[in-house]
Amino acid sequence: MNKIVRNLILIAAVIAFIIFAQNTIEPYDLRIINNIAIFLILALSYNLINGVTGQFSLEPNGFIAIGAYFTAIMLIPTETKVDMYALVDPAPVILQMHSSFLVAIITGGIAASFIALLLSIPVFRVRGDYLAIVTLGFGFIIRIFAINNPEYTNGALGLNDIPQTANLYWTGGIALVAFIVMIHIIYSKFGRAMKSVRDDEDAATAMGINTFKMKTYAFMTSAFFEGVGGGLLASYLSTITPDQFSFLLTFQLLIIIVLGGLGSMSGTLVATILVMGGMEMLRFLDEEINIFGLHFDAHPGMRMVVFSILLIVMMLFARKGLLGDRELSDIFKRKKSR
Amino acid sequence: MSSFLKVDNVTMQFGGVTAIDSLSFEVQKGQIYGLIGPNGAGKTTIFNIITGNLHPTKGRILLNGEDITGTKPNKVVYKGIARTFQNIRLFKSMSVLDNILIGFDARAKYSYFEAILRLPRYFKYERELKEKAYELMEIFGISQFADYFATELSYGNQRKVEIARALATNPKLLLLDEPAAGMNPNETADLSEIIHKIKRDFDLTILLIEHDMKFVNAMCDSVTVLDYGEKIFEGKPADAIVNEKVVTAYLGDFTHA
Repeated sequence: MNKIVRNLILIAAVIAFIIFAQNTIEPYDLRIINNIAIFLILALSYNLINGVTGQFSLEPNGFIAIGAYFTAIMLIPTETKVDMYALVDPAPVILQMHSSFLVAIITGGIAASFIALLLSIPVFRVRGDYLAIVTLGFGFIIRIFAINNPEYTNGALGLNDIPQTANLYWTGGIALVAFIVMIHIIYSKFGRAMKSVRDDEDAATAMGINTFKMKTYAFMTSAFFEGVGGGLLASYLSTITPDQFSFLLTFQLLIIIVLGGLGSMSGTLVATILVMGGMEMLRFLDEEINIFGLHFDAHPGMRMVVFSILLIVMMLFARKGLLGDRELSDIFKRKKSR
Repeated sequence: MSSFLKVDNVTMQFGGVTAIDSLSFEVQKGQIYGLIGPNGAGKTTIFNIITGNLHPTKGRILLNGEDITGTKPNKVVYKGIARTFQNIRLFKSMSVLDNILIGFDARAKYSYFEAILRLPRYFKYERELKEKAYELMEIFGISQFADYFATELSYGNQRKVEIARALATNPKLLLLDEPAAGMNPNETADLSEIIHKIKRDFDLTILLIEHDMKFVNAMCDSVTVLDYGEKIFEGKPADAIVNEKVVTAYLGDFTHA
């Protein structure tokens, strides 16, 4: 009972913060918070397949792109589409697709999830490094498909004038839902099965676990939220191009989940705030600096250098990430029981 | 009365190497049956064939008269066969309780969406199975370690967790791969007591691989001795240690054991 009350208070606090932030915080700071919320959705779902299930895959940019394009196409009004598709006329199906915001992002998620289902059959035949390479290839294919099929995606020009419906109510709200869903999965028989696949696949099989099924569940759930997150990103930025969904996006998410601890959702939460917030806080390093009468010229890109050094130092002192594979609540619980 | 587990004329070849050569033996219901032999004799290979990890080149495995040859490893569990591994293979990042719950999880009949939405069936089965897991840990005397990580336990206790995890799947036939390996005499004595107890309480048939002849002698009703994939002896363990072929296979290793 105590635990339920505590969780309800936490959820209420998060909702209160979202309402407060959306209404009072400056647009620039609000943008950072929105960014954190969207990346939290992406990183949490990426952590489910990479951290919890232990299947080192590199495909989230592909799923994010699928979600983003589906949402963008469904949100842009038909008249705008006719003008926007400059290279070739849009395919009829593109002109017909139109819906409300909620339906659009959920469609993006379901589309990504469905592709994940198809993809799981070939990719989970391989393990380890091979899985990483196969999934990396998938990310590239999606980007190349987007560039080379202008009748659907407007090619390299991308889509713009996407209605900016996404605000912190959407991004923060869905991030909260994603977090709760992930925690509910982890603390159930499915979460246990996924972790057992990560720890020892043969022993998991010997316990009657269908490891392929568990990997597919994790992969589809992960793809769903990556698709939804991609949709939010498209609506929030109001413009998308294929180059936005390059491998660098996956890499950024990978930094977050490794820093937070593979398999730890609360670690991902902390790491997302540190990485996305930290990048902004270090922005002063790009400008000229005067300290103790010393003058340093502006070096654009300096913050990336400092940020990388900070990451390296962190990984040296916390090999398994900030929280390892445990949740914050586990750590408190264990302290008490000893 | 037909036998409970029947290994029928099984041959296993890896490329040109014959790991097991036309091996047959039968385990009766309620027996503790020993599979012994020098290193590389093919004991673990037989386990892997019974559990479906390997598909035999020739021959059949019958459980209660049903042909289970080539059943997938995760399906074999539902036929009522559970195993432990030679080198303990617990789920390292999980607590002892979670390790054991994994064994029970097949009986938790709630769907993925019920888990995500936390519908009543989730709570019902989680509570029920957690109680059962504690009961099982009580039998092994490891319930005080429920919240510990599996790797924090002593070797002997880790072995107990592994056996408990196998038992949680509700098997009729338990395969133990060198359960007493690496244990001191106290731990071994403790272990044999537990094995006898669970065999009685859970109405099990046990097939075990072991090197420790004292342990085999105390435990097993019947043994098969393997050497280079061939059966060289079958019968009572007490007769095995005086059998000339067996002694030769072991180079007299256990005549003074």
